[in-house]
Formats: sequence, C-alpha cells, structure tokens
Amino acid sequence: MSFQPVKFYQTGTFTVGNRLLPPEERSVQASTKRFNSINSGHRACQGCGEALGARYAIDAAMEATDGQVIAANATGCLEVFSTPYPETSWQIPWIHSLFGNTAAVATGIAAALKVKGLTQTPRTRVVAQGGDGGTTDIGFGCLSGMFERNDDVLYICYDNGGYMNTGVQRSSATPPAARTATTMAVGPAPGNVFGQGKFLPAIAMAHEIPYVATATVADLRDLEAKVRRAMEFRGARYIHILVPCPLGWGTASHDTIKMARLAKETGIFPVFEAEHGEIKSVLAIRRPLPVEDYLRPQKRYAHLFGKTPAVETIAHIQALADKNIRKYGLQARKGDH
Amino acid sequence: MDKPFAITLDPGSSLANHTGSWRTFRPEYVDRLPPCNAACPAGENIQGWLFHAEAGDYEKAWHALVENNPLPAIMGRVCYHPCEGGCNRQHVDSAVGINSVERFLGDEARKQGWKFAPPAAATGKRVLVVGSGPAGLSAAYHLTRMGHKAVIYEAGPLAGGMMRFGIPKYRLPRDVLDAEIQRLIDFGVEIQLQTKVTDVQQAMKDGFDAVFLGVGAHIAKRAYIPAGDANKVLDAVAVLRGMEGHDAPMLGRKVVVYGGGNTAIDVARTAKRLGAEEAIIVYRRTRDKMPAHDFEVEEALQEGISIKWLTTIKEAGESDIMVEKMALDDKGFPQPTGEFERIEADSVVLALGQDADLSLLENVPGLVVEGGMIKVDAGMMTGHPGVFAGGDMAGNERTVTVAVGHGKKAARAIDAWLRGEQYAPLPKAEIATIERMNSWYYSDAPKTVRPVLDIIRRQSTFEEVLGGLDETNALFEARRCMSCGNCFECDNCYGVCPDNAVIKLGPGKRFKFNFDYCKGCGICATECPCGAIRMVAEEN
Amino acid sequence: MLKQMEGSRAVAEAVAMCRPEVICAYPISPQTHIVEALGEMVKDGTLSPCEFINVESEFAAMSVAIGSSAAGARSYTATASQGLLFMAEAVYNASGLGLPIVMTVANRAIGAPINIWNDHSDALSQRDSGWLQLFAETNQEALDLHIQAFRLAEELSLPVMVCMDGFILTHAYERVDMPTQAQVDAYLPKYVPRQMLDPGEPVSIGAMVGPEAFMEVRYLAHAKQMEALELIPSYAAEFKSVFGRDSGGLTHTYRTEDAETIIVAMGSVLGTIKDVIDEMRDAGHKIGVLGITLFRPFPLARVRESLQGAKRVVVLEKSMAVGLGGILSTNVRMALSGLHMHGYTVIAGLGGRAITKKSLHGLFRQAEQDALEPLTFLDLDWNMVNKQLEREKAHRRSGPVAENLLRDVGVVAARNY
Ligand SMILES: Cc1cc2nc3c(=O)[nH]c(=O)nc-3n(C[C@H](O)[C@H](O)[C@H](O)COP(=O)(O)OP(=O)(O)OC[C@H]3O[C@@H](n4cnc5c(N)ncnc54)[C@H](O)[C@@H]3O)c2cc1C
Ligand SMILES: Cc1ncc(C[n+]2csc(CCOP(=O)(O)OP(=O)(O)O)c2C)c(N)n1
Ligand code: SF4
Ligand code: SF4
Ligand code: SF4
Ligand SMILES: [Mg+2]
Repeated sequence: MSFQPVKFYQTGTFTVGNRLLPPEERSVQASTKRFNSINSGHRACQGCGEALGARYAIDAAMEATDGQVIAANATGCLEVFSTPYPETSWQIPWIHSLFGNTAAVATGIAAALKVKGLTQTPRTRVVAQGGDGGTTDIGFGCLSGMFERNDDVLYICYDNGGYMNTGVQRSSATPPAARTATTMAVGPAPGNVFGQGKFLPAIAMAHEIPYVATATVADLRDLEAKVRRAMEFRGARYIHILVPCPLGWGTASHDTIKMARLAKETGIFPVFEAEHGEIKSVLAIRRPLPVEDYLRPQKRYAHLFGKTPAVETIAHIQALADKNIRKYGLQARKGDH
Repeated sequence: MDKPFAITLDPGSSLANHTGSWRTFRPEYVDRLPPCNAACPAGENIQGWLFHAEAGDYEKAWHALVENNPLPAIMGRVCYHPCEGGCNRQHVDSAVGINSVERFLGDEARKQGWKFAPPAAATGKRVLVVGSGPAGLSAAYHLTRMGHKAVIYEAGPLAGGMMRFGIPKYRLPRDVLDAEIQRLIDFGVEIQLQTKVTDVQQAMKDGFDAVFLGVGAHIAKRAYIPAGDANKVLDAVAVLRGMEGHDAPMLGRKVVVYGGGNTAIDVARTAKRLGAEEAIIVYRRTRDKMPAHDFEVEEALQEGISIKWLTTIKEAGESDIMVEKMALDDKGFPQPTGEFERIEADSVVLALGQDADLSLLENVPGLVVEGGMIKVDAGMMTGHPGVFAGGDMAGNERTVTVAVGHGKKAARAIDAWLRGEQYAPLPKAEIATIERMNSWYYSDAPKTVRPVLDIIRRQSTFEEVLGGLDETNALFEARRCMSCGNCFECDNCYGVCPDNAVIKLGPGKRFKFNFDYCKGCGICATECPCGAIRMVAEEN
Repeated sequence: MLKQMEGSRAVAEAVAMCRPEVICAYPISPQTHIVEALGEMVKDGTLSPCEFINVESEFAAMSVAIGSSAAGARSYTATASQGLLFMAEAVYNASGLGLPIVMTVANRAIGAPINIWNDHSDALSQRDSGWLQLFAETNQEALDLHIQAFRLAEELSLPVMVCMDGFILTHAYERVDMPTQAQVDAYLPKYVPRQMLDPGEPVSIGAMVGPEAFMEVRYLAHAKQMEALELIPSYAAEFKSVFGRDSGGLTHTYRTEDAETIIVAMGSVLGTIKDVIDEMRDAGHKIGVLGITLFRPFPLARVRESLQGAKRVVVLEKSMAVGLGGILSTNVRMALSGLHMHGYTVIAGLGGRAITKKSLHGLFRQAEQDALEPLTFLDLDWNMVNKQLEREKAHRRSGPVAENLLRDVGVVAARNY
C-alpha cells in the first residue's frame, strides 16, 4: 500500500489554528494569549479588512519580538478608528503624527532606540504602518528615504485601494477601472484610468532593502510567517498587505476575506517575498479563476457589468492579471498545497 | 507618565466603546447535520466519531461509533457506505474513506479487546427478539444498553443471519463476525440458537413485555425455466448457505447465474473460487440498470466473471441453456427480440431475490402486509401494539446497515412503549450542505486507497479481498473529514473577527461570541470552514 | 573660553555640549554650516552617543525629530526659509504632541522670488505653530539661547525655535565665550521625557480629538506656553550664575530710561540700532531701544511696561504681513492697547536689504518729529516701484513683477542659489 504521509491537517491547513496541531505550530491568532494589539471597541466599519490586517500583523510582530514593538501610524482609517479621544484600541506604544511622515517618524524612533540602547541592536523594534494613500502617495518620499538609508524599521502598508477615510477617493494604488469618488463611473472611460501602475512592493525591491513581501488577509499563516521573517532582519523592511474595504469596494461585510482570496487566486494581487531585491518565494495560485469572479461582487466595478458588459475593459484587467501570473510565476502547481 | 490631556491615551481603553450596538445580524454557533450522518441508515454520528479518530483517540472514536452501531468491524467490510456518497468532500477531491476508518476502528477494538460501556440500570423489562441477523442484534444491543433484558430466539445453528449465511467469507471473514457477536453476548445479549419461533404470541408467553421481529427474507424467488433432469437449477441463498456447511455445493465447471443484484455477483464470485472455469451472469437489462453496486461488478469482472447484458434464460438443457437477446423499448424496458443463443452450463443459479417467511405471524391480529413485507410505523411498530419489526422483512432497502438502523430505532420505540410513552424521533438539524461550507480551508488530500488482495488468490481462495488501513493511513483518512456542520475547533472564527469578538473557551469547549463588541459583519460565518455559524437578524 | 569663530560653528558646538541624541539634517542656506559641523562631530565621535540622520527633506527632518523625541531622545534639527515651510505641517504637529524639540532657524526670506538672504518672514510665518520662539541678537546670544532652549523645551515639554539671522550671524566670525561641557552639564539636566513610547508602559500618542475637547486642548497649549514667561527670567538668572553673563530673558532694553522715542526690534539689527542710539544720545536725543528676545509667547506685560513711559514707539521689523503691514508691530500694538502714544511700523531689511546707520539716523529723526508714515518701508526705491505701478495701470497684464523690477535696476540675469 502506498504510504500516505500524515502531513498537516487535511481538515485545515489554511485555518487559523487547529486543535490537533502542537501549539507552537499554530498561528499567533489561534492563541488565547495573543496580544490583541488592537483591542475591541475600535470604530472600524463592519468587516473592515484593515482592522483585521493590522491585528494580524502587529500581533505577529509582537510575538516575534516578545512584546517589544513600538508603532508609528499614518493618518487614515486605521488611525481614526483606533484612537478617537477619549479611547484608544492600541495596547502597544503607538504614535500618530501625520499623514505623510510615518516612515520618518519611525526612523526617529529607531534612532532614539539605537542611541538609548547604546548598542547596535536594540531589543525594541519599530513598525510603521499606513494606508495605501499614506504610503504610495503622500508618504512616499519619507518611505523611500527610510528605505535608502536602510533604517531599522518594518513598514507595513495596508492597501485597500483608495483614500477610504476621506470618503473613497482615488490613490495611486487604486486599480484601473475602479470607481471612486474622484474617478466616477461616468463618461467614455468610467472609473479609474489604466495608468502605468505604481506597485510599491516592486519599488521597494528596487531599493534592494533586506526584505519586501506582499500578503493578504486571506492567508493568515503566510502573513504571519512574513512578519516573523521580516523581524529576523535589521534594516528597512516592507510588507504590503491587501486589505479589502467593504465600504470602498462595495462588497458585503462578510466577504472581506473572500475578496482578498479572490484577488490572489485571480492573479490580480501577486503574493511573494523578496530579499535584497530578489524574489525568494511566491504563493502559487491554488484554484485558478478568471478576474471576473473577483470583479463582479464589487460595486466599484458594477459599471463593467451593466446592460452591455464592458468586455474590453474586463479583458484588459485580465491581461494585467495574466501578466502578474507570468511575471511572478504564480501559476498553480501540483503539490504546492 | 505625565500624559498630555486628550492627545495621549491609556492603552486598550476602547473597551469602553461597546460596538455591539451596531449589529443588525448576529452570529450563532450551530450544529448542522453532516450529510454523511444524514445518509447513514444506521444513524451513525460519523463526523462525531471521526472527530476523535482525527485526534488519534481511537478508543473514544470507537465508543462514539458503537453508540449507534455495535458492529463496526462488520460494517467496515460489508456496508455499502451511502455515507461516502453523501460526503461533502467529494466536491473538494474525493469522499472521505469513512468505511475504511470504521473498519480500522472495528479491527482495533478486536485487537485491543475494547468493551462496550456498561448498560443502564436494569429496568426489569424483557424483550423477545426473533432472529439474530443485524436487525435483531442491533435491537437487542440497544435494548440492553437501555437496561432491558433482550433475548434472541434464533432458528439457525449459528447467529448472524444473512451476514453468516449469505455474505461470502472473502468479504466478511467469520472470525470478525464471531468476535462482534461474542462482544454482544458478553454485553448481556442472550441468544438461544436453534429456536425457531412459529407463533409469536405463543413465544411472548415466555415472560416478554414486547417483541422485535427480525426474521429477514430467506425464501428465494423463483422464475419458471423449463429444464431437463440433468441440469441443476439452484437458488442463490441455498448455495451460499451451503458454503457454511461441511461440503461445498457442487456447481460444476461452467456456472450460469441469473440475476443482477449483489447476490448474483456473490454467487458468481463464489463459484469462481470453488473452481468453476467459467462463471457467467445473465441479466435482462443493461449495466446502468443493474441493482448490484458498481464496485462489486467491477471486482467480479476483475476476477474473470463475464456478464451477458440484455439476456434472459429461456430453457435449461442437459449441459447448456438457451438464452434470448433483449432490447430496450422506448420506455427503457427489456423486450424479447426472438434472437436465441445456447450457452454451455453445468448449473444455473437463480439470484432473483427473496421473500420473507411471515408464517410465525399468522395469528397476530392487526398486522398489515404489503408486497410481502410487514408494514411498520415511524417507530417500527407493526399494526399490533407491542410487536415491532425491522430489517429485510420490513423494508425495501435490504442491507445490513438498514437492518442495524431499524434495530436501533425499534429499540428506542420499544423503550418508549415500555414506559407507556409515544416514541418521537428527535427533530433533525439542517443538513450541512457544501454551499454552507467554505471548502477553501481544506487542503488537497486525495482518498487513501485500500489494499486489495492479488488477483490469483482472489480467484482461488476465500481470503478477504479488501485489506484494512494501517494506523497512519487511517489517521490520514480520518483527518480528511471536513467536520461538516460541526465545529472542529479550527480557530478560524476566533482568528478572523476584526473586532476580537470571539472568545475561545479552550480545548473541547469551543467558542462564544462577545456581543458587547460583535458588529455582526458575518466574516466568522463566511469563513467557518464547516458551516457551524449562522447569521440571524437581530430583532430590535 | 574666548574664541574667534563663525556663528554657525559656535552654535554647533553649543548644541553639541547639550548632548543631543538625534540630529536630523537637510541642507538649506544659511543653515548648512551648523549641521555640517554637527555631522562632523558625530562622525568623528566627538559627539556621542548621537545619531545624525541625513534625511530626504525638512518634512522628514522634523518628522524624524518627532519620532526620536517621542521615543525619549533629545532631538535637534535646523532649517530656514523654504525648509521651514516645507516642514510646516510637522512643525505644528511637534508642538501639538508636546515634544521638546529644539530647532535653529537661520532666518531667511521666503520665495518667490527665491532669495537666500536674511529677514524674519520664515520664523514669523510659524508664530502660531505652538513653538516657543527666541531671537538672538549676537552670536554669543545665539549660542547661549540654544543651551537655555533645551532646558526650557524639556521643562515645558514644548518645542523651541532659536532664531538667528542668516549670514549676518550664521556666517559672521566673532569672538564668543564658549562655555565648558561641565558648565553646560551643570545647567542642563538629563532629559526626562514627559511622555514616551515605551513597551513597558504603552500609551497612544496623537489621538484624534473632536469638538468635545479640541478647544480645551488648545487652551492648555496656550496656558503651557504662558508658563514660559515665568520660567525664562529665572532660567536666564540661573544661566548668569553658571556662565557669568546675561543672556536670554524676555526682552532687553537699552537706554530707554527717559526715552521719548523707543525703537522695538528683534535680532542682529539691534546692534546697528544701538550704535545709532548711542550717537543720537550723544547728540541729546531721548531715544532708546527695546529688543525682543522672546517672540512666542509674546511678553505683553513686559513690553507694555518697557514702553509705557515713551511718547512714541517705532517698531522696526524684518518681516511683513502683506495686506496689513507689520507682524511684530501688530504684536507690540497689542501690548500697548489703551495707551495714547504714536506708533510707527517700519518694514526694513527684507530679503537681505542692508539696514544702514545712515538710514536709521534719518528714520529715527523723522520719527521724533512724528513725520513718519504709520507704515514705512525703509529705503524703498520708490522710483522702481512707481514705474511698475504705472506699467500695470497701462496694461492689465504686465508680466512677473520681479523680472520687471530687475530689468529696471539693470540686473541682467539672476544668480543661481
Ligand atoms: C448474498 C448476500 C450478500 C449480501 N451482501 C450484503 C452486503 O455486502 N452488505 C449489506 O449491507 N447487505 C448485504 N446483504 C443483505 C443483508 O445481508 C441483509 O439485508 C441483512 O442481513 C438483513 O438482516 P435481517 O436481520 O433483517 O435478516 P437476516 O440477516 O436475514 O437475519 C434473519 C435471522 O432470523 C432468523 N429467523 C428467521 N425466521 C425465524 C424464526 N421464525 N424464528 C427464529 N429465527 C428466525 C434467521 O435464521 C436469520 O438468522 C446481502 C444479502 C445476501 C443474500
Ligand atoms: C496632509 C494631509 N492631506 C490629506 C489629508 C486627508 N486624509 C486623511 S486620511 C486620508 C486618506 C487615507 O487614505 P489611506 O492612506 O489609503 O488610508 P485608508 O483610510 O484608506 O486606510 C486623507 C486623504 C490629511 N490628513 N493630511
Ligand atoms: S472605510 Fe474601509 S478601511 Fe475604513 S474603516 Fe471602513 S472598511 Fe475599514
Ligand atoms: S470557524 Fe472553526 S472554530 Fe469557529 S465554529 Fe467554525 S469550525 Fe469551529
Ligand atoms: S466576525 Fe466578529 S464582528 Fe463579525 S459577526 Fe463574527 S463575531 Fe461578530
Ligand atoms: Mg487606503
């Protein structure tokens, strides 16, 4: 009889935990002792992917550093919903300064830690975090400076594809054809333009910083592994997490994780990690799907599926996904799962 | 710290903000009925026992299993596992090999000598069980568990019914059968062999408060076939029963079996093993119409049995038979074509089904018999109060598993009846259909294939054809269970809630919602792999 | 120890003696020599432990300082002009968060037209930013004010801007009395942050505050700044006892005892003014000068007290509120409200225009005769201005003003800065 290795649990390789796993192999989120770095009572919308992504990432960082994390946070939903006076949801030392300076604030904290510690390797680690707007647009200068100097900061971008906190306007991370308040679904080319794109992970890689990774809230284990890996490096690190926004995307609050999964499975959002500018691993597609499956449930793309479907636009988006699949080698492989 | 006013805040203070008030829907933990459980005629809680098997606690798994079915080693061999047909995993890769894990547990129990949990306190009630087939054994077992005294009257020389006198050894080795029956006897089930009941009401006078009938269906159906003297026309049940005696039946070199059910297949395979050079099944209709299970047909073909489809036997001669080709009409019924052919045959075995012998019920008033079967209500009670029946005599679906299920159901009804109550089956939970699940979370793990005996030995010996799984394989297979509709503590809901509104209660204790903070987004319900959470509208 | 040295160098050495732990720098004239000197000291180890960070913008410079200060490190930066405006959002943020950062502003004009020379427009544009603002008259004072600034900032948990005139002070070689490290250590205690990012005691800094408490937060910021009015004189006094000289304080008066005319000014121009006053006093004029050292918080009471005996006040300032007039003068006027005296605003020295003794003599004399316009532009080339005004009258669109004016004065091409 052929021997079947009892690998991980057929009932839940992709789940948060599993009663059958030895505790050390479970995700941080499975533990009753997880930090809940961002606590209950925050004012994020129902089903907010950013609230979830932030807890996933910061809890993982806390775990990796034994609770020694200081965070700097850009203006945006995450900041607004977590710290309206008189309550904060954060259970870690946390500072919000401005919209566009988070990477620099983090650099300052790291510098302070270094000089205070009087050693080259302070125990406390610094995480900077912001939305896609705060990262790819207004905070880009400070971020690039932080990368270039290789400051000892892990920067995490929660990409929900737009300026959500101000009411869903377009950012440079807003995908083509998506409707936002500043790229309305009107006129001959409704929704956002098909620009040149500004995929920040690739730009981060061009800085050849020690570690760059992408992740989604649909794959907790992968996300946690990346935060853990990031914490093994000193210097500038960048993790770009796709966090669906029910409000901005026009999706059901219960579909947040599903949407992230679809983004990855369709090739719309490549999930990979790179060290010193070179790709080290990619998360292959498990069950290939056409981009339409991803687009259709989102109201921001509703104009593509009207009486006369925008076949060409959809094909254009499919071509972009196909390009990702080629470029990053995302095609489904046997034995990967 | 001398904190500046308003700008700097104390950690975690947002707990003061009860976001639960935003909710318009609330999540609820539910236990839905797994489709395997729903499909199991014996009413096994399959997901329930696999849950323990997954953890490697086979003894606990076995105990959970035998709460519904006392014959797992038998079941793990002969059951046609409709559970696997219902299994949601077939939509992911392939159904969980429930049956092979069941067999593993049954065999493990034999090896380890596991005993049933002690029965409830004796009630002093006595119940007569007629027949020691699976229906009778199951009824007796469940009655015993409930504290009643069950006594089986069995006409035959050995217990087991068709499991012994029908199902061939190469599918059900007798030591397995013996062991599981012995465990029942050890448990307190009393079996009186060679005790044929000819009049139920008479037998009841031996001090019984109720009776369960499980006499099976043993009278072979005949078809009229003109036959010369020399040719042997036999019936399948008799042939197979003969296999349990000292001398194997003499069937000759060329054996023709007439019929299309599992019995026909078993007879043909038995004939092959007895040395027949040719074993041919003659069946009136096409393969897809054949009542025999596909895998059995497949196994028979592998062993060299040939099947003539769309064919009837017209007459049996001295050393051959004449058959007529049939053709399907537009309604799909076979019609004669007038095309004839002769086939060599030393014997013809008829496997055309069996009728129940209901003569023991002749004097019982109120009984209803329909199509040769006794009519029973939802609690397996016949038209005569206190007389219950199940198994082959009371149903169209004639399998060991159905019989075991009947026995269990009847036992519960008898228990209620003995207490002067009306038996009311528990309302069934909603079925955990694949649509209610999120199968993404299950990793790809194709079904484990059971080892099969080599073909030479399959054709010449009565050794068991299908092997069992070893421990690692059984564990692998158990862990393929997706736990449909029942929380398996995957921690997903606990992990995916953006509001930390799920409380983990600890191993085995499952989870609880914290409605102070749950905003009712429904992510937990969508991402619960097994569909154990549902969203219900909040009423204001 | 007396030393002949460049102003920037003097300030850099004084800052170094304050043991800053994080310095962020982005170059802009005329601040460059200060951060260059500090960079060198960190690199060669004279200033240690200290992190010197070459940031990518002034916005980042202030932001890095915000981060390091919040994490408990004594933090310093320097800038000027465009740089100060580029960091403006962070300037407000630093004070809003109550972070005791010290920043040198090497005062320079703001463009367009781009101009690297001195005036006070840059610092005064941030007068409402919530920072304390100190103006140095001399290089000695610039040096001393930095030492006091750290003390003040950390005591109040508010950021302090030390303003010194670009080029005039920063690039001037003067004799200064350089304190010893022991003196500075005696004067400036170790930094004990009021609030700090610390995993051992986590807090959230920088909450969003709505209408329910925002006014209160603002009032408290004001109240906090006002505390400086009490603290500064005592720190100056203490400074004198340690370092042996008068430096800092709220204001300085010079020969105002019986003055009928009092000039008010800030920064290095006070030196020239004092010279003129000495000469005029010798000629029997009853004139004196009030130098403002602390511009924010503005010492209203002290200014009023210093000026109330005079008949007239002339505020001479290197800044301008376009569309209104003076900035300093508006502040001074507030101190004088209800007092009946003549008040003149003189805008002078913008964009590096020289303020000569000769011009001041003329100006002050005119003032004494109350022959000044309420808003006077010292040494304005009326000819040039009027020509342009006429041109504009003729053609509604007349091209960039600056270019036209340059053409008028015969400058062919602008220099590159
Ligand atoms: C060849 C063959 C192969 C089969 N293979 C399978 C299989 O692989 N899987 C499966 O699920 N099912 C199989 N079946 C069907 C299955 O065996 C029966 O459905 C099942 O055994 C019925 O159980 P029962 O208890 O109702 O009756 P039985 O098993 O027939 O038992 C009835 C018992 O009652 C006794 N009895 C009868 N009358 C009296 C009386 N008056 N007094 C006292 N005792 C009496 C009989 O001696 C017998 O022991 C097979 C059947 C045959 C014939
Ligand atoms: C300098 C500045 N410009 C604009 C804003 C307004 N603003 C606040 S949050 C925000 C959008 C944030 O978008 P993003 O960074 O993507 O985060 P999200 O809210 O989507 O999570 C904007 C435009 C600001 N606060 N500061
Ligand atoms: S708008 Fe989007 S990102 Fe912001 S809180 Fe709501 S769901 Fe989250
Ligand atoms: S998500 Fe997992 S832990 Fe939660 S109810 Fe479902 S099976 Fe149980
Ligand atoms: S995920 Fe959390 S907030 Fe959403 S419904 Fe479930 S328990 Fe409530
Ligand atoms: Mg965004």
